[in-house]
Amino acid sequence: MKFVDEFREPEVITRTSEQIRRLADPKRHYRIMEVCGGHTHAIYRFGLKDLLPSNLELIHGPGCPVCVLPMGRIDDGLSIAQRPEVIFAAFGDMMRVPGTQGSPLEHKARGMDVRIVYSPSDALKLAEANPDKHVMFFAIGFETTAPSTALTLVRAKAQGIHNFSVFSNHVTIIPAMRAILDSPDMRIDAFIGPGHVSTVIGCRPYEWIAQNEHKPVAVSGFEPLDILQSIVMVLRQLRANEAKIENQYKRVVPWEGNRAALRAMAEVFELRPYFEWRGLGFISQSALGIRPGYAEWDAERRFDVPGVRVTDPKAAQCGEVLKGVLKPHQCKLFARECTPEHPIGALMVSSEGSCAAYFNYEHRKTELVTSISSTA
Amino acid sequence: MCLAIPGQLVEFFPDQPNIALIDVVGVRRKVDLGLLADDPPVKGDWVLIHVGFAMSKISEEDALDQMRTLRMLGEAEAAMQEVEGYGLGNPAGDGS
Repeated sequence: MKFVDEFREPEVITRTSEQIRRLADPKRHYRIMEVCGGHTHAIYRFGLKDLLPSNLELIHGPGCPVCVLPMGRIDDGLSIAQRPEVIFAAFGDMMRVPGTQGSPLEHKARGMDVRIVYSPSDALKLAEANPDKHVMFFAIGFETTAPSTALTLVRAKAQGIHNFSVFSNHVTIIPAMRAILDSPDMRIDAFIGPGHVSTVIGCRPYEWIAQNEHKPVAVSGFEPLDILQSIVMVLRQLRANEAKIENQYKRVVPWEGNRAALRAMAEVFELRPYFEWRGLGFISQSALGIRPGYAEWDAERRFDVPGVRVTDPKAAQCGEVLKGVLKPHQCKLFARECTPEHPIGALMVSSEGSCAAYFNYEHRKTELVTSISSTA
Repeated sequence: MCLAIPGQLVEFFPDQPNIALIDVVGVRRKVDLGLLADDPPVKGDWVLIHVGFAMSKISEEDALDQMRTLRMLGEAEAAMQEVEGYGLGNPAGDGS
């Protein structure tokens, strides 16, 4: 166990791992989905698979905002930024995500004004500092990030800053979970719920999963022990044939969520009738557009947007990986044409993407073992 | 994307009620407190920060735990880079 010595309480980890083995029925195969990309990263980084019985499979969910963004949206955003007056501002995670004509970083190399910001409020500051330019913030993220974009727009309106707009790609997690449960090729026994999304939305929005679908959910923290304890929680429920929402991450997640954040979102955003997700297709009411009251700051209203639709390269199987139908290494391009250095699909770009996580931890480990055994 | 960075509120500004100076292991930057409007923090409180906004109040113990989690995840460096980048890299946080 490569990282077990670093764990805060190795003996508790070992005990919890044993507890999972005792709870898992050896005659059954378990498919538990961790919804959040942060959990996917943690699971690979800590090698948690090695602490689980072989009949317990972790399925990596859609909770990586960069990964679920269809390429057409990147092309749309970059097409607005072709205008000479526009500065394209986005988080660092976006910079290497490929569009059909290259990533934002590659557009920057060709002369586009592309800036990394660490906060949407800094994109607004950039607009204030460049009154003769127009700053377009390319917004991505689930409910963890959407309230910050919302408050930034509230501040832009209050301060009368007019050379600023948001190209909103904000998405919401519940419709994606519903789409996964509705998908005929998916069979999920339980969910490990996202930690930081839940600080905003709380635990109530998951209740239908227990009530209508009879699947357990444990909202989880990000430490190895948090994730293992969440697995214990859902296994206990499955064993007792129960389905309820448990909050393993109580130290951060209030049951009711953050009402001020929800108010900010409701003030600025409205649900789009539908939105395309990479790998999952069009999902109704799954994304946040900007309300008419903020139309002036809505890049999609303010500029012509081509509305590009790009199908993923045929050979890349991002969709199947994203839905958990294929493991990253089962994709034909994995570690061949598609690597973290030269990503073809977004799952290979973000550290929260399952392909990048698998490549950095599992694949490199296998390569190392192979090279050691071949030189021995 | 999902980084939540723990920091301690060290200073408020009378002319900017939504803004506070936070300290993340010695790096000080301004963050927005607007999302904690229902339960405003006071000087000395610990918060989790995401993309320049305080998202939730936490205990000092949980703040230290969170910093260790980030180190274990290999994300402490990215977190510090994010904090240092707030205010367009300017400690005064005014973008000037």
